[in-house]
Amino acid sequence: MRTVYLDNNATTMVAPEVIEAMHPFWGDLYGNASSMHSFGGQIATHIARAREQVAALLGADPAEIVFTSGGSESDNLAIKGTLEVLAGVKRHIITTRVEHPAVLGLVRHLSERGFLVTELPVESDGSLDLDLLERSITPETAIVSIMWANNETGVVFPIHRIAEIVKARGVVFHTDAVQAAGKVPINLAGVPVDLLSISGHKLHAPKGVGVLYVRKGTKLMPQVIGGHHEGNRRAGTENVPGIVGLGRAAELALRELPNEYRIAQLRDRLEAGIRESCPDVRVNGAERLPNTLNVSFEFVEGEAILLMLDDLGIAASSGSACASGSLQPSHVLRAMGVPFTFAHGSIRFSLSRYTVEDEIDFVLRHMPGIIKRLREISPFAKDGAFERTLGAGRD
Amino acid sequence: MWDYTDKVKEHFRNPRNVGSIEDPDGVGVVGSLACGDALKLMFKLDDQGRVADVKFQTFGCGSAIASSSALTEMIKGMTLEEAEKVTNQDIAAYLGGLPEQKMHCSVMGREALEAAIAHYRTGTQSNRELEGSVVCTCFGVTENEIERVIRENALTTVEQVTHYTKAGGGCGGCVADIQRILDQMGGTRPVAEPAPVVKPRRMTNVERIRLIEETLEREVRPKLRRDGGDVELIDVVGESVIVSLRGNCANCMVSQFTLRDVVQSKLREFVSPELVVIEEDAR
Repeated sequence: MRTVYLDNNATTMVAPEVIEAMHPFWGDLYGNASSMHSFGGQIATHIARAREQVAALLGADPAEIVFTSGGSESDNLAIKGTLEVLAGVKRHIITTRVEHPAVLGLVRHLSERGFLVTELPVESDGSLDLDLLERSITPETAIVSIMWANNETGVVFPIHRIAEIVKARGVVFHTDAVQAAGKVPINLAGVPVDLLSISGHKLHAPKGVGVLYVRKGTKLMPQVIGGHHEGNRRAGTENVPGIVGLGRAAELALRELPNEYRIAQLRDRLEAGIRESCPDVRVNGAERLPNTLNVSFEFVEGEAILLMLDDLGIAASSGSACASGSLQPSHVLRAMGVPFTFAHGSIRFSLSRYTVEDEIDFVLRHMPGIIKRLREISPFAKDGAFERTLGAGRD
Repeated sequence: MWDYTDKVKEHFRNPRNVGSIEDPDGVGVVGSLACGDALKLMFKLDDQGRVADVKFQTFGCGSAIASSSALTEMIKGMTLEEAEKVTNQDIAAYLGGLPEQKMHCSVMGREALEAAIAHYRTGTQSNRELEGSVVCTCFGVTENEIERVIRENALTTVEQVTHYTKAGGGCGGCVADIQRILDQMGGTRPVAEPAPVVKPRRMTNVERIRLIEETLEREVRPKLRRDGGDVELIDVVGESVIVSLRGNCANCMVSQFTLRDVVQSKLREFVSPELVVIEEDAR
C-alpha cells in the first residue's frame, strides 16, 4: 500500500542528499573534533561547514549558531539560560497560549517555581494582539518567547514587528522557529531576534539535532555544562552525522525556498477541494505557512477520521482529544475559541516539497466518503433527530 | 497510535447495527459534542420481552464506535433483565480489551444501555444529573457514577477514574474530590506499608554486663566522684546487680538512698527496668 505522508509538521523524511552527506560520518570519519590529531581535527572543518550552511539559511553569522539535540533543548537553553543570567534581577516571562509544549510546558513548570508568566491570548484567526504584548512588558520582564509559526495551524506571527516591540523595551526575545525554518524566509540580519530555535527533523534532517541561534552579545548560561564545545554554550561531543546532515538540509532548504509557492498551491488545492466536497467544514487559522491546512469537520471525531485515513495509507494528525490521549481538544484550537463542535473533528494536513499533486487528489477522492460515512454513524449529523446538547452535555 | 485489538478495529471499520429504529421501545442518550463523544442507543422488544432489534449512532473515536457496535451485538436476544447485567468490563472483554485511557468508551456504552432501559420502564429520558451531585463539571460526571465505576472496576487512583469516566480530565478542578471519593470508599488508596518493626534481640549476659558498666561509668560515677565516692561492679546474677560502694559513699549515712535513687534508677533507665541493685556487703 502506498503511503501518502501529509504529517510533515510532525516530522519529515530525511532528504536523500542529507543521508548521503551524513554517510561518511557513521563510518570512516568517526574522529572527535576536539582531538589534537589531524584524524579527529578534520572533523572540525565539517562541523564548521555545517555551521556556515545553517547561518546562511538564517541570515546569521556562523559564530551565532549553537548545535543542540533538537528543538526542545534549544527552547530550554534559550529560556532557562536567559533566566539564569538574570536570576535575582528579573523573573517575568511572556509567551503565548498557543506555543509548542517545549515552551509552554517549560514556562508552566517555571511558574510553579517562583517565576511570573504571562500567556498572551490569540484571536479567533490565531493572530496576536501586539498592543497587548507591548502593555504586558514590565521592568520585571526577563524574556519574551513567541513562536514564529504554529505547529498545529501553521499560523505565522509577525516576528519582525514583535521583535522590534520587545527590543524597544530592552528585553531578551526568543522565538521558536522550528516550523518556520525552511518554509518562510528568515533573515536575522534584519530582524532583531536574540535567540531562535530550530529542529533538524522538521526540515528533512534527522532527529536528534537542532540549533539555537544566539545573537552576538546575548548573555546565556549553558544548561549542559562540562566541556568547551559550541563556544562554551553547550557541552558534549558533537553529534557529527546529525550536524553535517542538518547543515546539508539547511542548504537544501535555502535553495528550495523559492519553490514554496508550489507547496502552497497544492495545499490550496487540498483546501478548496475539501471545502467543495465536504459540507460543514471550517479552516482554522488565517495567515499560515504555505504547507499547513488545519481543517475541522463538524459532527465527527478526529481520531475516527485518522483511523479511516490510515486504512488508506494517508498519514495526517488531529487536534481532537481522543487522538492526543488527553480528554481535551488541542490547546491551540481552544485558545482560538474554535467551537467544541468543530475542535473534536480537526485534522491537520502538512505538506512538504516531496508532496505531489497525485497524492492530494488521492486524499480528495477519499475524504468526502470518510466524512459522509462517519456522519452517518454520528447522531449529530444534520438530519439527526435530537439536539446537540441532549444527554449529559452541559457546555 | 493506540494499540487497538483486531476486534476493535474490525468493529470500527464495519460497525454493526448503525442507524435508528422507527418507534423504538427504549432510547438512551449519553455524552455530547462538547465532551467529544456521544452515543444514542435504541431498541425494540419482541413479544417475549427480548431485544429484537437494536441500533446505535455514535459520535466519537474508533473505540467509541467499536464499543457501541459491540454492545448492540451483545444484547441482541437478551431480556432487559439480562441486558441490564452487562457491565462496561463485559463490553471491553467482548472487544478483546481496550486501552485503559479508552475505558470510558465502554462505560459510555453501559450508561446508554441503562438510560434506554430506564426510558422503556419509566417512559422518560433519565436525567443523570439528578442521581447525585455533579463532581466533574467539565464532563458532567456525578458522584454516584464515579463511585459505581470505582466499585465495578476496582479502581484505585484518580488517573484510572479519569480513564474510565473522564472525570478530572478537563480543568482538573475536581481531582481532590475524586481522591476524597476514593478515600471514602475505603482502602482504595494504596496504603503505605509501615517499615517492618525489628524485634529487639535478647542481649547476651556479656553485653548486659558491659552495658551496666558503661551506664555506671557515664551516668553514676561522675555524681559520686563529686562527693569523693565511687561504685564498683562486682557481679550480675539474673536481675540482681551486685555493687560495692567505695570512698566516702561506703560510710555515707545516705548510701542506701544513693544505691536506690541514683544507681538503681539509672540502671533501670538505661539497661532494664527489672534490675535490682544490691550492695555487696548486704548479701
